[in-house]
Amino acid sequence: MKIKSQQDCWAGLMFIAFGLFFITFALGTPEFIDRIVGAKLIGGYQMGSSVRMGPAYFPVVLGGMLAVLGLMVLLDSVIEAGPKVAKFHFRPLLFIAVSSLAFAYLLKPLGLVLASMALVFISAYGGHEFKLKEVAIMAVVLVIFSVLVFVKALSLPFPICPAFIDICPIR
Amino acid sequence: MEDIFGNLAIGFIEVFKLQAITLGGMTMTLPFNIIMCLIGVLLGTLIGVLPGIGPVATIAMLLPVTFNLAPIAALIMLAGIYYGAQYGGSTTAILINLPGESSSVVTCLDGYQMARQGRAGPALATAAIASFFAGCVSTLVVALFAPPLAEVALKFGPAEYFSLMVLGLVAAVVLAHGSLIKAIAMVILGLLLGLVGTDVNSGVLRFAFGISELADGIGFVTVAMGMFGICEIIANLEQKEHREVFTTKVGRLMPTKEDFKRMIAPILRGTVLGSALGILPGGGALLASFGAYTFEKKISVNSAQFGKGAIEGVAAPEAANNAGAQTSFIPLLTLGIPSNPVMALMIGAMMIQGIAPGPQVMTERPQLFWGMIASMWVGNLMLIVLNLPLIGMWIKLLTVPYRILYPSILLFMAIGVFSISNQPFDCFLMACFGLLGYVCVKLGCEPAPLILGFILGPLMEENLRRAMLLSRGDPFVFISPSKPISMGFLLASFVLLVIIALPALRKKREQAFQAEDQSHRS
Repeated sequence: MKIKSQQDCWAGLMFIAFGLFFITFALGTPEFIDRIVGAKLIGGYQMGSSVRMGPAYFPVVLGGMLAVLGLMVLLDSVIEAGPKVAKFHFRPLLFIAVSSLAFAYLLKPLGLVLASMALVFISAYGGHEFKLKEVAIMAVVLVIFSVLVFVKALSLPFPICPAFIDICPIR
Repeated sequence: MEDIFGNLAIGFIEVFKLQAITLGGMTMTLPFNIIMCLIGVLLGTLIGVLPGIGPVATIAMLLPVTFNLAPIAALIMLAGIYYGAQYGGSTTAILINLPGESSSVVTCLDGYQMARQGRAGPALATAAIASFFAGCVSTLVVALFAPPLAEVALKFGPAEYFSLMVLGLVAAVVLAHGSLIKAIAMVILGLLLGLVGTDVNSGVLRFAFGISELADGIGFVTVAMGMFGICEIIANLEQKEHREVFTTKVGRLMPTKEDFKRMIAPILRGTVLGSALGILPGGGALLASFGAYTFEKKISVNSAQFGKGAIEGVAAPEAANNAGAQTSFIPLLTLGIPSNPVMALMIGAMMIQGIAPGPQVMTERPQLFWGMIASMWVGNLMLIVLNLPLIGMWIKLLTVPYRILYPSILLFMAIGVFSISNQPFDCFLMACFGLLGYVCVKLGCEPAPLILGFILGPLMEENLRRAMLLSRGDPFVFISPSKPISMGFLLASFVLLVIIALPALRKKREQAFQAEDQSHRS
C-alpha cells in the first residue's frame, strides 16, 4: 500500500475524525469504555426513534455519512495519484490568528484605541515587509477612522480608553 | 401583468420613501432606503475593487454594519454591496487580470487583453453597459417569476422542503472545484457544525462542551469571516505581491460605433442565458458567466479573436453574470434556499433581522419583498451612473499595496465579529474557522459548500423531523407517489450525482476547472 495522493489521505483522515467526533459526542462513550474507566466519560444525547427523532439522531446519521465519505477519500488516495499537500506557511497563520485574538481579549480591558493598535502591529508583522513608520501611520489612521465610524456613527458599545484610566480625553 | 406593475410600484415607493432619521441628535427627513442603496453600492465597489477580496468576504465584512438598520434598509444595502462587489470584481479582472471573484474569471480572458491593447476604457464601459442592461431585464424576470414560484412553494410540506434542500446542496456541490466526494463531505461537515447549540425540539444543548457562548449556536458571520476572510488573508500573504496595473492606459471610456454594433447581440444572449442559469439551484453568477462565454465563443463570427481581446468576450459573460446574480435571488426569496455562498449570507442576514426566509415573505411583508426587487434595478442604475465617472478613483485603489490593506481588513472583520455579541469568544471562533479554512484549502477542499451546509443544517433537521413525524416514521415518504414534488427533487439530485460521476463528464468537468485555474495563474 502506497499513498499516491497526500492531499486526499489527509483530507480523508480529517473527515473521518470529524465524523467520529460528532458521533461520539452525540451518542456518548460506548459502555465498554465507561466500564474500563469506571465513569461515564461523555454523556451523549437521546437517540429517539425514527418517528420522534431525539437530538442525537440527525448528528449521528450525518456523522456516519461523513466518516464513510472520509473513508472513501482515504481509499481513493491509495488508488489514484493526486497532488501533494502544499507547504503550510506558519508565519502569516500565527500572526493573523494572534492579532485577532489580541484585539478580542484586549478590547474590554484596554479600549478600542489600544486593542486596534495591537491588532495592526501584530498582523503587519506577519507580512513580508514591516516598515515601522508606515505601520504606525496606518495604525493611527485606522484608529481614528474606527472610533469615528464604529463608536460615534454606528454607536457600537465599545470602550475607547483603557478601563483603568478614569478621566479620558476622548469619550 | 398589471399585478406586476402594481407590485413593482409598491417596491419603488418603498425604496424612495422619506423617513425621519435621527443622526447625532438631529432629526432629518431623508429617503433613507435609497441612501442605503447608494452607500451599499459604493462600499461594495470600493471593497470589491481591492484585489484579493471576493464578494463573499466583502459582504461578510460589511454585514455587521447593517445590524442596526431596519430590515428593509439592511437588505437593500446588502444587495447593493453584492452588485458593487461584482462590478468591482470585473474591474480588477480587466485591469490587472486578477478576478475579484470566480464569476469574473472569464472576463479576464478578453478584458485583460483589451486593456493590454490600450482599450481598457471601452472594456470597462462595455462591462458596465452589459451589466446594466442585464440588470434591468433580470429585475423584471425576478418580478415575473417570483410570485408564481412562491405560490407553489407555499404548498410545500416538510418532505418537499427536505428534498428541495437536498437538491440545492447537491447542485451546489456539482459546481465546486475538485473532488466531488470531498465537496459532499464539506457540505455534511457544514450541516453538522450548523447543529451546534440548543436543539429547538428538545431544548438539549448539543456539542457546546460547557461553553455558554455556544448555547445559541455558532454565528454564521463568524464562520463566513473565518472561512473566507481570514483564510483569504493568510493565503494571500503566502505569495509576494506581483501586479501589473494599466493605470495610465485606460484612455477614453466610450466604445466606438463598431464596438456597440458588436456588443448588442452578445449582451442579449448573455442576459437570456444568465437569467435562466441563475434560477437553478447551485447556479448563479459563476455558471452563468462560464456558460455565456463558451456559448458566445462557439457561435460568434469573430470567434478567432476570442482570448485576444474580443469585445464580445467581455460583453456576454458580464451580462450573464449580472443577470445570474440577480435571478439567483429567486430561489432565495421564494423558497428560502440559498443557491450559492453569497445567498447563504443573505439568508443569514434575513435571519438576524428576524425574517424567516421562505415563500411567506412575499405575502406577509410585501413592502420588504418588492422593495428589495425595486432596489435591484435602482442599484444597477447607480452602478452605471456612479462607477464610470469614478473609474479613476477605483484604479487608484488598485495600486494600494496589500501590506496596507490586510491589517485594515482584519481590523474591520474583528470589530464586526466582536460586535455581534460583544464577547471576545466570537473572535476566537473566527480565528479557529480561519485555521480550518486554511487547512481545507491546503487539502483541496473548497470552503463554499461548507457554508451552504452550515446555513441549511438546522432547517434540514427540522423538516426531516417533521416529515418523519407526519409519516409515522416511514423513510419512504420522500419518494412515495403521494409526494410527486419531493420525489422529483430527489430524483433530480440523484440524476445530477450520477451524471457528474460518469467518467466522461467527470473528465470534462476537471478540464473546465483546470482551464479556470490556469487563467487564474497566468
